[in-house]
Amino acid sequence: MPTGSPWAIETRDLTKTFAGHDAVSELSLQVPRGSVFGFLGPNGCGKTTTIRMLLGLAEATAGEITLLGYQIPKEREIALPRVGALVEGPAFYPYLSGRANLLRMDSADRHSDVATRKSRADSALERVGLTNAAEKKAGQYSLGMKQRLGLANALLKPRDLLILDEPTNGLDPQGTREVRNLIRQLASEGITIFLSSHLLVEIEQVCSHAAVMNAGKLLAQGSLPQLRAQGATRVVLQVDDIPRAREVLARAGVVDVVESGATLRAEVPHDFDTPALTAALVGKKVGVTEIRLERPSLEDYFVELTGEGFDVVR
Amino acid sequence: MLFAKAVSLSLMLTELQIMFTRRRTWAMLAAIAMIPIVLALAVALSSERLAPGEGPPFLDRVTQNGLFTGFTAMLLAMPLFLPLTISVVSGDTIAGEAGQGTLRYLLIAPVSRFRLLVVKYLGTLAFTIAGAFTLMIAGALIGAILFPVGPVTLLSGDVISVGEAFWRMALVASYTTVSMTGMLAIGLFISTLTTIPVGAMTGVLITSGVSQILDNLPQFEAIHDWLFTHYWLDFADILRQPIELSSMGSNVLLQLGYVVVFGSLAYGRLASKDILS
Repeated sequence: MPTGSPWAIETRDLTKTFAGHDAVSELSLQVPRGSVFGFLGPNGCGKTTTIRMLLGLAEATAGEITLLGYQIPKEREIALPRVGALVEGPAFYPYLSGRANLLRMDSADRHSDVATRKSRADSALERVGLTNAAEKKAGQYSLGMKQRLGLANALLKPRDLLILDEPTNGLDPQGTREVRNLIRQLASEGITIFLSSHLLVEIEQVCSHAAVMNAGKLLAQGSLPQLRAQGATRVVLQVDDIPRAREVLARAGVVDVVESGATLRAEVPHDFDTPALTAALVGKKVGVTEIRLERPSLEDYFVELTGEGFDVVR
Repeated sequence: MLFAKAVSLSLMLTELQIMFTRRRTWAMLAAIAMIPIVLALAVALSSERLAPGEGPPFLDRVTQNGLFTGFTAMLLAMPLFLPLTISVVSGDTIAGEAGQGTLRYLLIAPVSRFRLLVVKYLGTLAFTIAGAFTLMIAGALIGAILFPVGPVTLLSGDVISVGEAFWRMALVASYTTVSMTGMLAIGLFISTLTTIPVGAMTGVLITSGVSQILDNLPQFEAIHDWLFTHYWLDFADILRQPIELSSMGSNVLLQLGYVVVFGSLAYGRLASKDILS
């Protein structure tokens, strides 16, 4: 494996145009090796189109893709055996058993090892909890079982990178938790995981890094602490003398104060000195009922970035 | 070896497994087997004796020698029924995988688009062989049950032994398979154009219909030799002594031409296509 690049996935100005409009526009992603990278955005924002390009299924209109150090699509046949993927839902031959489906998919790669094929399929099935349904026809699987079989397919071979498009779709809460645990476990084995989702809570629970996309454009990317730091910190005050409190705030360099009832709210630097402000207020004989800093949440930041219609689940 | 490299044995085996575990495949083979059976029963149960030359070719011979049942059934199945089953499997090749979403998973396994097309094509060829031999074998069996079996008098008047007649049956089934290779390539190409298998199947069937109609219109005589259905019924030449080879040779070349042209078109289409299903 080429080791020059610190990125498991890197794209430069990746663009995909459908019928004159950009589904993906100048996307420059950098997914660090070993990270669990959340790819967040509303449905239809271009996440799946991006994933299709990463895997060489769709051709980019412009830009470059490097996957595990290999150029895509030129070197896809070298890169893809090291990449497991779930793209826009699982898909199978309904008249074959779950196990036969895995054997079929594994046989498509002519470099995959025939001698270990069956044992690899069985251990992948075990890993996703489908051992008991291995001989059942995939057409009779429930949506959640199909999703698990899709994950088993992604785990058929030792992988360096997993690209999982909405992996918990269609799963019940129990299944969702199992899949998230599985992702954490895989990440602890050193596999880079690129996880697309429209669920913020999913990203917050399992990811170390994230990128936010909306309407085909990348809005932000980085580690979760970095992203959180992008949001605004606010000081919140409840006082008995609002005009005088405003004077104190102005002297402390805090402007744009929003007033609602007895509560004042204002954006401040992340390292804002709350005790000093408290002391100043008390010095001016302002009665302080409450004073606190509101730390930025990812949710606030993402809503700020993507605006209305963003599907945030809390 | 280029061939082994292009095919990938494991994938080919799963392709055959998929083809022959599907109930649809067995239903179609059963329907193909019914053609000689219905034909033989109809002839056996009807009291009227056919005058030589009445009804489909060879039909009058079936009662004299049961081994003719397969040949007669093939003449009946060639224009419509065999192409119908073949359009189902060849229209389904890529469109079927695309429609159910497995195409994207095969391609990221990864398999090259070229290799996938070769494997898919060989799968449909396997079905065609199965179909042609099913028809001839079912014909020989039902003919042997219902009618006398003995040395076969050929169209040229020569008489061949029963054993030799079986070889001729295998030749007819093989020739039929070769005759279908062009249509299979057309089907493969049409199948790359859509993600709706039924649409592709209908398209393939229409091409065979149009080709046969053009072949029957004298106004299109200039292109008759270039139509992929033109030599379909020429397997009757196998029932002469010696076997008449000229039109069969032309057919092989013609089918090869269709395979090259439509195989290339299928590759050109699939290689440049965004897989969005």
